Amino acid sequence: MTQLALVIDLNVCVGCHACVTNCKEWNTSGAAGPLVDLNPYGKDPTGTFFNRVQTFEVGEFPHTETVHFPKSCLHCEEPPCVPVCPTGASYKRQEDGIVLVDYDKCIGCKYCSWACPYGARELDLHQKVMKKCTLCVDRIYDTTMTAEERRPACVRACPTGARLFGDIHDPESEVSRAIRENGGYQLMPEWGTHPANHYLPRRKTQIRIREDELERADNPLKIDRQLPRPEKAEPALDDVTSW
Amino acid sequence: MHPAFSVIFLTTLIGAGQGLFLALFTVESYAAFGLLPMPSGDFYAVGSAIAFVLLVLGLIASFFHLGHPERAWRAAAKWRTSWLSREVIVLPAFMGMVALYGLAHWLGFNPVFAQLPSGAPVNLTAVLGAIAWLLAFALYICTGMIYACLKFLREWHTPLTVINYILLGGASGFSLGAALAAALAPAVMPLLAGWAMIITFLGLVGRSATLIRNARLKPKSTLQTAIGVKHPKIVQKSMGLMGGSFNTREFFHGQKPQRLRAVKWLFLLLAFVAPIILLGMGMSMVAGGVLLSAFVIQYLGLLAERWFFFAQANHPQNLYYQSVA
Repeated sequence: MTQLALVIDLNVCVGCHACVTNCKEWNTSGAAGPLVDLNPYGKDPTGTFFNRVQTFEVGEFPHTETVHFPKSCLHCEEPPCVPVCPTGASYKRQEDGIVLVDYDKCIGCKYCSWACPYGARELDLHQKVMKKCTLCVDRIYDTTMTAEERRPACVRACPTGARLFGDIHDPESEVSRAIRENGGYQLMPEWGTHPANHYLPRRKTQIRIREDELERADNPLKIDRQLPRPEKAEPALDDVTSW
Repeated sequence: MHPAFSVIFLTTLIGAGQGLFLALFTVESYAAFGLLPMPSGDFYAVGSAIAFVLLVLGLIASFFHLGHPERAWRAAAKWRTSWLSREVIVLPAFMGMVALYGLAHWLGFNPVFAQLPSGAPVNLTAVLGAIAWLLAFALYICTGMIYACLKFLREWHTPLTVINYILLGGASGFSLGAALAAALAPAVMPLLAGWAMIITFLGLVGRSATLIRNARLKPKSTLQTAIGVKHPKIVQKSMGLMGGSFNTREFFHGQKPQRLRAVKWLFLLLAFVAPIILLGMGMSMVAGGVLLSAFVIQYLGLLAERWFFFAQANHPQNLYYQSVA
């Protein structure tokens, strides 16, 4: 069985909101109709988004880290929103595990949003139906697009490559490997919802600079070598100037 | 959670309607076994009509909770998994049975089918009443389970939620029944007023148990499990939005803790303490007005109780929206 999902690398996300913007752009112009956006430039803007990036500060000053945390529907393997829906508008697809809302059946009772511990569902103020991330189901199966384009809009937009997309039930997929090798985890495991989306934790990264990165190996004239080369122990420009 | 008045009115109105029917059928059962003089058909007919009106008002209130009320008929589809769907089926079924029960009494159409060994007759109203009695309890269970089945709303996820829906609905219904009996069947008034006092007292016990339980709850989800970072100190700096959103409106009551505490003491007084005193007074003085005021005050108290019930529930999604409280 296939279970499509996103894997989000918190080590790489820089909180630029490109995924939020591209998600909104793609889905608001999609077949389901616009995602409401009220008072966008006014004092109290509000609207429907499938995807949000939140920011948390971890630790105590001065030993703090900023964690940018993108969150959309996690497409749970045991979705609590589905059984409570009285109309069957909320459903999980057998073939790929995507949790969707049938906007034509939804009566807007909000019960599914109460049943979601992650706050991943938002009622659209204009259409009065529940909306949520579709994993860009209208993109990923669109054969008129190139294989490269057949990925969710947020994945396509991410400039740092913090978002991976694939089948977490296929042990050989890119996402499964990423989860396995980087200690990928699920949100709020205590409720047994088994979210399909996983997060990769922050890791200690070290910058390794190799000699050929400082000096271009393919430079036939060896111009790099003619440039003045300070000793590594000498103060750099940043150390001696104050802006 | 944000208390929605549509749901507050729905649950309190149908609760009282169910309770009133249960009061009527209690009288009929007592009378059938010769424990009480049988009241006239008018008492049952008027009582059923009032119960029916309460149920209709509740049904109307429920529509205000829907984004698409014209599609409400679809809500009966998932009765296998959804308590809300089950409620949507049981409520009209119960309304229909109450209407038939009242109609049979009003027309005096009451053929006897059989006789119990004790001599009590099994007649049409007894059969209709027994079915409606089962449906009334089924409806209480459905309504309570809508909230009790949401396991991570831990203030609700307890059998006490269902028990309280039964007791509080029953209490207000029996209070109303007592006031009605004072006007139409004074002989059965002490029975209903007495039961109303007992059920109100049990309601006080049940609701207090819930308050004590909820005061001791420790959240199972924390910011640590919400974002998966195992550090004791995490502070949210941005919710990812600059204004409000569905998430900040639907899951916050937006009131200060003092207001919540005040409402708690208010509903304990209005829904339980005052009605017990007034019911006792009305019963001893045989005063319909006092009994009616007991019901009205109790109903207002139950509105506050239901508001508090919703406001007190702390949804784990709020962990992701920390800076709005």
